[in-house]
Amino acid sequence: MKKYLALILAVMMVMTMFAACGGNGGETTGAANAGTNGGTSDVAPVKIGLTGPFSGGASVYGLAVRAGMEIAVEEINAKADAEGGLKIEFKSYDDEHDGEKALAAYNQLKDWGMQMFAGAVTTGPSNAIAPDAASDRMFMMTPSASAEEVAMAGSNVLQMCFTDPNQGINAAQVIFDKKLGEKIGIIYDSSDAYSTGIRDGFMTKAKELGLNIVVDDAAFTSDTKGTISNLVDNCKNAGCDLVFLPFYAAEAVTVLQSAAASNYDAVFFGCDGMDGILSTDNFDTTMAEGLYMLTPLNPFDPDENVQAFVQKYKDKVGDQEAIPNQFVADGYDVIYALYEACVAQGVTGDTSVEDTCTKLEEYFATASFNGMTGSNLQWDENGMVSKNPEAVVIEDGKYVAVK
Amino acid sequence: MEVLGYLINGISIGSVYAIIALGYTMVYGIAKMLNFAHGDVIMVGTYIAFFAMDSLGLSGIPAVLIAMAFCVVLGIVVELLAYRPLRGAPSLAVLITAIGVSYFLQNAAQLIFTADPRAFAIIPVGTPPLSLFGGRLTISVAALVTMAVCVVVMVGLTLFTGKTRTGKAMRAVAEDRDAAQLMGINVNRTISITFAIGSGLAAVAGVLLCSVTLQQLQPSLGSMPGIKAFTAAVLGGIGSIPGAMLGGILLGVIEILGQSYLSAQLSDAIVFAVLILILLVKPTGLLGKQVQEKV
Repeated sequence: MKKYLALILAVMMVMTMFAACGGNGGETTGAANAGTNGGTSDVAPVKIGLTGPFSGGASVYGLAVRAGMEIAVEEINAKADAEGGLKIEFKSYDDEHDGEKALAAYNQLKDWGMQMFAGAVTTGPSNAIAPDAASDRMFMMTPSASAEEVAMAGSNVLQMCFTDPNQGINAAQVIFDKKLGEKIGIIYDSSDAYSTGIRDGFMTKAKELGLNIVVDDAAFTSDTKGTISNLVDNCKNAGCDLVFLPFYAAEAVTVLQSAAASNYDAVFFGCDGMDGILSTDNFDTTMAEGLYMLTPLNPFDPDENVQAFVQKYKDKVGDQEAIPNQFVADGYDVIYALYEACVAQGVTGDTSVEDTCTKLEEYFATASFNGMTGSNLQWDENGMVSKNPEAVVIEDGKYVAVK
Repeated sequence: MEVLGYLINGISIGSVYAIIALGYTMVYGIAKMLNFAHGDVIMVGTYIAFFAMDSLGLSGIPAVLIAMAFCVVLGIVVELLAYRPLRGAPSLAVLITAIGVSYFLQNAAQLIFTADPRAFAIIPVGTPPLSLFGGRLTISVAALVTMAVCVVVMVGLTLFTGKTRTGKAMRAVAEDRDAAQLMGINVNRTISITFAIGSGLAAVAGVLLCSVTLQQLQPSLGSMPGIKAFTAAVLGGIGSIPGAMLGGILLGVIEILGQSYLSAQLSDAIVFAVLILILLVKPTGLLGKQVQEKV
């Protein structure tokens, strides 16, 4: 009896272990059998790979990027089916926001025959992969890893998102231009490269502009998130009328709720990581009213291109209430940028990794790209994109551009 | 006035650590094992309370009672399946099993509840805080509730272990398991009850933790507070119930005052430096008893 019980328990345990890394299986979308299904062209599809966090704490970003990329791949392949032309084969693996797992996933993608790498989604894994991609001559364009050192890894590593310091600089400029705060406090995550990167950029620019920063050391780490509410009190006691929050939506929820619980009324200003706060489960979105943030895509923009994109996303996830965040748009843009580059340079599924890399490098040195996250995007010699984040403020549950 | 505000923040976070630490310290005192899965029981309890409120539409107190009941059952089942078969085994084997249970619970939670953070606070978020001294000192309702619950739990537990038969049996097992058994105490049952109480308290601690600090739920919720609470239990003297209380509250206060007045970046370093200092001077912890080992 005991043995059976032990066996059942052991099986259960093994099952959860597998289930926990369920996303690892990899998924292929697109022209898996393009060569045989009689499309009008015989061009072999190019193989694009992605790693991202599809499970775990950062999964909201990974899933968003993957959805955006799949939308783009499906569009391109549908067009190729109808009119002929280049198709894309797309495969993604889960990296759970972990550098080591990301490297393993990247190597699996190479074994699969990946010609260009459209990841990783988050900064840590991208930092782990970028040096390898540089030495492998694997063309890499990350949709959303915003640390400067990712792009600095090599001439073949590009970013679709703006860099962290750049965000801090822009935030300081907006606060200065709009006179949003007299006494500024900064709360940040000192254990996270994204957060410290933005803070550094912000501090430099704020000093230059003469902004009055009264609290600059309110730091927490991934281990001390329990004390965030006290940091909010630190800012309150210092009399800050604006608090800058360079981190992700999850921690911002803590900040906003703590502020509400202690009657603290200040302007809160976040970055692109705050995107998605309105869709946090069970979060009372009225608390986000008046929250400023930076984003390259405003899903509430009445512009018809934007609305068409929002609709595509809703159809993709099968939820008409869903709102795409900028990561969806970043993923979508990466696929289109790579696709346009391949078409222009004649890269197909038969081109070697090395040749693909050289041709794409040539292309992006002079290219100008129009996408969902910006128009006339260009890349500098480091692989960083010329893109300015737009400041928005949440009013009535919607993003409104700051004018 | 600021100091007072920070002190209250510290005591309220410390109260949560203290309630978690009680679970560690009771189980250690009675079963002589470190139940590292305790932090994850907290997380499970909080999820249960969340779903009771969110899906069943219950109000705070019934939701917490349901969560406690669930955790009591979970604690007993974990003890029965994972720890009881190892009763005679070396303590290292039990320790590794506890770590295994911890990962099992975390992964299972990630699978069932997904990793998406959910905003959760048992006190409705709009509740206006208590305002004193013309608004110069505000105390959130969650902090008040947490401190009150902590006092109630400590008084209740002290009375329970001091006055009731079961409580006396627990103390006897803690003192000398073999002698207790010879006196006719059912050791297995007593250990089960200890796990049940510790796990029930874990559910309360989880809900308070969410309400007073994080305001949100994730499957990794319990691991760090679990470690802090374990530290608190060691600081106070592991095995001692008042020690766990004292240790928890001290830890919270040092953490918050260190963060506010010395350096926010070093708040954890300060906490652990104090721990090392205290253990250097008093290796059994603040209220720990010196036990003579007979050779």
